Amino acid sequence: MANQRESMHIDPYERTWILVSILMLIVFFGAITVAGLSFGVRVPDPVARVNPNKLEESITFAEPGLKEVAPKRYEAYIVAQTWTFNPAEITVPAGSIVKFYVTSRDVQHGFKLQNTNVNMQIVPGQVSSLMVKFDEPGEYDFICTEYCGIAHATMYGKVIVTP
Amino acid sequence: MSANTYQLTAKEKRFIGWHFIFAVAALAIGSLFGPFQAMEHAGWNFYDKFLNHFFHSYYEGLTLHGVLNALIWTTFFITGFLTFTMIYGLKRPLRYPKLNALGWWMMVVGLVTAAVPILRNQASVLYTFYPPMKAHPAFYIGVTLVVVGSWIEGYGFYLTYYQWRKENPNTRTPLISFMALITMVMWQIATLGAAAELLVDLIPWSLGLRAGLDPQLDRTYFWWTGHPLVYFWLLPAYMSWYAFLPRQAGGKLFSDSLARFSFWLFLLLSVPVGFHHQYVDPGVPEGWKMVHSLLTYSVFFPSMITAFTVVASLENAGRNRGGKGLLGWLAKLPWNDPSVLAQLLAGILFFFGGIGGLVNASYNINLVTHNTAWVPGHFHLTVGTGVTLTFMGILYWMVPYLTKRPLWCKKCAVVQVWLWFIGMIIFSNAMHVVGLLGAPRRTPLGAAPYIPEEWAGHLLRVGIGGVILLFAVYLFVAVMIGSVLTKKKLSEEPEPPVADSLLDPQTTPRWLDRWVPWLVGAAILLIIAYGPQLVYQISTAQFTSPPFDQIFGG
Repeated sequence: MANQRESMHIDPYERTWILVSILMLIVFFGAITVAGLSFGVRVPDPVARVNPNKLEESITFAEPGLKEVAPKRYEAYIVAQTWTFNPAEITVPAGSIVKFYVTSRDVQHGFKLQNTNVNMQIVPGQVSSLMVKFDEPGEYDFICTEYCGIAHATMYGKVIVTP
Repeated sequence: MSANTYQLTAKEKRFIGWHFIFAVAALAIGSLFGPFQAMEHAGWNFYDKFLNHFFHSYYEGLTLHGVLNALIWTTFFITGFLTFTMIYGLKRPLRYPKLNALGWWMMVVGLVTAAVPILRNQASVLYTFYPPMKAHPAFYIGVTLVVVGSWIEGYGFYLTYYQWRKENPNTRTPLISFMALITMVMWQIATLGAAAELLVDLIPWSLGLRAGLDPQLDRTYFWWTGHPLVYFWLLPAYMSWYAFLPRQAGGKLFSDSLARFSFWLFLLLSVPVGFHHQYVDPGVPEGWKMVHSLLTYSVFFPSMITAFTVVASLENAGRNRGGKGLLGWLAKLPWNDPSVLAQLLAGILFFFGGIGGLVNASYNINLVTHNTAWVPGHFHLTVGTGVTLTFMGILYWMVPYLTKRPLWCKKCAVVQVWLWFIGMIIFSNAMHVVGLLGAPRRTPLGAAPYIPEEWAGHLLRVGIGGVILLFAVYLFVAVMIGSVLTKKKLSEEPEPPVADSLLDPQTTPRWLDRWVPWLVGAAILLIIAYGPQLVYQISTAQFTSPPFDQIFGG
């Protein structure tokens, strides 16, 4: 008890450890920022609101489906509902850029396009949107990843990318 | 040490003990379903063959698993443990024991109220209860009562502390009581979100008093609470690692001041981070997601302090026991003590859980993991092991202390801890991997039509891990029951293993024992992180979602 002076008593090793931790976090944060801004790995941003009870009156979701806006550039309007996607299948040629717009008619759903960076929460009243480029031909399942009732496990659709 | 001990009355011990009885009972029932879910993934579906005589569906089971394990086991254990650390740390009885008893009864009534609709398949909404999926109103009311009951127990702590402070104006708050208070204050700030969601939206809406809700706004309310909820689970485990484990291992706490500093940072930073659960939500702007991502990274910092201080305290213990060299002290730790073993193994798996958590928090990297099996894989390392195995370890000394009876079958307890550790490694690793491959969470994968061949081996490991965990959890329950029922008596009451710190806590800076600046700081951070978005989301809300409650099957 000789020394009653108040202090933080930070051990030299601990000081180093703290500095390394802070440095690490700065590097990580830099990395995700670069990925977001330079490589375009984006997360959903608000695009539009809809009334889930009146989708048939909506300009875009009254007749959901694939719309070609330019050669190899598409917009896909999809309605999620218990327990299907409408449409459940779309076909595009390889090299296409597709912008997805997805909303829900009833409860919350998920929209995860396998083997891509498209993963969205589907919330009634909101439109979820992300863009993806399909380079490789093949079949890409989009599956519902949010619990939406008893048959949730059967809810999925697919994008067919033709050569 | 005898000058530091304090005798709890039989009544106080009974009050604390009942918290643990309810907690363990909830864990025993809730944990039954986890392994059945894991086995379903592996292709062994008992929901259609055996469980259907007792339960309506996979999701009724999954709701029970989430609510009983994540909400009830934790909340009941934590309020009991905090009651102990308040009384034992401050060395005085609760100021108003009847107030705390009221809080306790409210939690019990809430538990029963919520359990009835769950067991009738009228609340198969999982423990996140996202609207517009609608549960029976009793479910929401029950959950509210549990939370409010825990608040009232917290008010009892504050009033007790206020009285203690008047009697001891110049003493540093004893560390265990200090940590208990911060945990409770953080919880009360955190649950404001769920309170708004339940009281303003879900309860009136489920009773038919409101026609529609805005589900995006309710997600924002929910995750105001949902992330700090995990810190409410975690802080009592940290408390044990900081303030009990060093003594149990034979050493002292390495740094009292950094232990306190890290808890203040948890109070500041636990709450304003909820959008990192909403990175893929359509109604939250990218910029705000980025802000919360930065704040979430900041919470990693006090966790790193904790890692250093806890390991340094253990090194102190190992060297006291004769450990030499760079790592020789590790081998000297009392690995055969089930309470120490449980906390050491919990810490090891929590380290990996923390790394996975950092991945989830990393903004656009979350696109890969959101709502995949990776996420339950992750939180079974954190709440399922870092927290739960630590709580089990605490009970391995706490129950003998409360009952003055020896731990029944210490060897069983050691085996139990290893089984949990091994089962969780198998289960959790497989869940992480299959999640990265794209498997969704909350999905009976045995019934899903889109399962590629390459998932099969991992799903088998999920099932095997689940079976091992089933044995581990019931061995724990058996040790608990055996320890309460055993006829053997200890000749004297065991002393609770509260660690001393290497330096006198009186030399810890006074600003680490002041409340007002930290509470103001927490409020400012919340206003910055949530204020603009809450104003925006509330002012533009469209209450267009009616209830959906005919989708639970069964």
